[in-house]
Amino acid sequence: MSYLLRRVAHAFLLIIGVSILAFLFTTLAPGNYFDEMRLNPQIAPETLVALRAQYQLDRPLPLRYISWLNSVFHGQMGFSFAYNAPVAPLLLVRAKNTLLLTVTATLLAWGIALPLGVWSAERLGQFPDRVISWGTAALLVVPDLALALGLLVLAVRTHWFPTGGMTSVEFESLSTLNKIRDLALHMMLPVAALVLSTLPLLVRHAPFLLAAEGHGIPRITLLFRYALPAAANPLLSLFGFSIGALLSGSLLIEVVMSWPGLGPFLLEAILARDIYIVIGGVLFSTIFLAAGNFLTDVLLYWLDPRIRTESASR
Amino acid sequence: MIRRRKVKIWLLVLGVLHSIVICAGFLAPYDPVEQDRKNPYLPPMRVHIVDARKHFHVRPFVYAFQLRPGAFDQYVEDATQPRPLKFFVTGDRYRLLSLFAARFHLFGVENGRIHLLGTDAFGRDQFSRLLFGGQISLFAGLLGAAFTLFIGWCIGAVAGYFGGWRDDVLMRMAELFLALPWLYLLFALRAFLPLTVNPLQAFFLIVAVIAAVGWARPARLVRGIVLSAKEHDFVRAARGFGASNFYLLRRHILPETSSVLLTQAAILIPQYVLAEMTLSFLGLGVPEPVPSWGNLLSNLQQYSVLVSYWWMYLPALAMVPFFLGYLGLASALQERPNPYKIERRSLGSLA
Repeated sequence: MSYLLRRVAHAFLLIIGVSILAFLFTTLAPGNYFDEMRLNPQIAPETLVALRAQYQLDRPLPLRYISWLNSVFHGQMGFSFAYNAPVAPLLLVRAKNTLLLTVTATLLAWGIALPLGVWSAERLGQFPDRVISWGTAALLVVPDLALALGLLVLAVRTHWFPTGGMTSVEFESLSTLNKIRDLALHMMLPVAALVLSTLPLLVRHAPFLLAAEGHGIPRITLLFRYALPAAANPLLSLFGFSIGALLSGSLLIEVVMSWPGLGPFLLEAILARDIYIVIGGVLFSTIFLAAGNFLTDVLLYWLDPRIRTESASR
Repeated sequence: MIRRRKVKIWLLVLGVLHSIVICAGFLAPYDPVEQDRKNPYLPPMRVHIVDARKHFHVRPFVYAFQLRPGAFDQYVEDATQPRPLKFFVTGDRYRLLSLFAARFHLFGVENGRIHLLGTDAFGRDQFSRLLFGGQISLFAGLLGAAFTLFIGWCIGAVAGYFGGWRDDVLMRMAELFLALPWLYLLFALRAFLPLTVNPLQAFFLIVAVIAAVGWARPARLVRGIVLSAKEHDFVRAARGFGASNFYLLRRHILPETSSVLLTQAAILIPQYVLAEMTLSFLGLGVPEPVPSWGNLLSNLQQYSVLVSYWWMYLPALAMVPFFLGYLGLASALQERPNPYKIERRSLGSLA
């Protein structure tokens, strides 16, 4: 168990570290949210000073950090100037949408990559393997941005999928089944973009699949009984890594596909200099990542006996 | 030595591609910021050698566009107005390699303009903007990678060579940077830097931000090599003879990192070009009217452009060969003589 405890501590330290880093960056900021108002002749300079004091922007950084930490423990994560509300609830709404996208994409990407990788490993050097290698190489070469935009152009010209947003206008009036259908249709494009951009990474990064080359034992048994546990370590590291890649990827793809997740929200906050939202967004992504990595560690602990004995012998 | 040949081939490919971008002024028919407001969103012009009456012409030509009757933004080719392609024509002024003023262009047309990739909302030639935009984006990638590698190299060398608390502190920091999703990190850094800056400042700002985000991976790799290199017998011998730390690093240890740095460069440059594209696409990078590969695509964020003017997407495809070149180079560099076929997949080790 000490292994898992260590991992929790590690994740916690990571989150603390990131929050400090994010706060340090704020000192680099030459302007703040209220700078725009300076140009407004109807707002007195004294008002601005008072506003800055009200939002504690005039206090030294360590103090601000401490009061921010305090607000984190009260479930607020600071205060958004633009929305005039605590940050955490605002972020939670968007984070849910981002999670919906990334979790679906992760499952789908792995669901496609595993069989594809096994198939290609079994026929190493033969036609299917070549097709898969060339296909993944081609996907790798097309930048995420071009891929997402290309899908969007395709969707707009063929009208196969709805573009933009998460739901149709009449969403509220639909029955539950139709609601799910509507949501799924809207998710199709961003998820496809995310999956296609992570797929080559997964398929090509799976050396464990060579283990499936042996024959004689039924393939499924072989895969689940022998190949996958033996390959747990690199596989799960790859899983942890793919979460990071997917989070980054979804940030961009959400903006391109106007998915109401963290991406567009953060972009808007950056442009408005709403710093606590930016810090909160970065922190949320770190928490997702840390949670994903922790899940990886738990699975690893469960699957790989070496780790258990190693931590027991310490 | 197949590997060496592969590396050479990919370097050649990249060399050609980069020369194209470097010579943008000569190859592009127009100035990238020159507007032609009467002709917004012209579709790409097709180069013909056979005219409407099925007559063959030795000199290729394009047709001028005319508005389709009854439409306000749809064009059809006007068969009565051929524009023969002229080579080595004089046109807009530019500076080749930003040194030599010149007016020579590889091709152009008399009476009217030629737009191989169409025009944007201001009637600017997309083809010219693509070429000039490449200068910004590729240079940002190259410069960013150079900075990152330098920072990573220094940090990795210090951490690996001196060890102890320096190693601990630096590597914990590296883990922090590695742990964060890179785009979030890029966003966070960019968020706290000035938003409205002139293009030159914006360019260097972006390069600095990108370089600051990516130093951790090369630092870790360099550290690993330095760690093993300092235990070589000849290094210990040299130290025994009284060689200084600086001498040891410079003479014996750092030269061993060169191949890793080269591979990292091949991996980092396209990533950084992409990072610049992403920032500029989102309006956080190089501002208009200066073209970059990112802001070239940014008008696709408008739904109307997406629906009606699909050719605005073409520049995205034109960039693919560059990424292919770098990926090919990276995979050729990473290839090792290995009896196992698995190495064939090393193209994917970009991560």
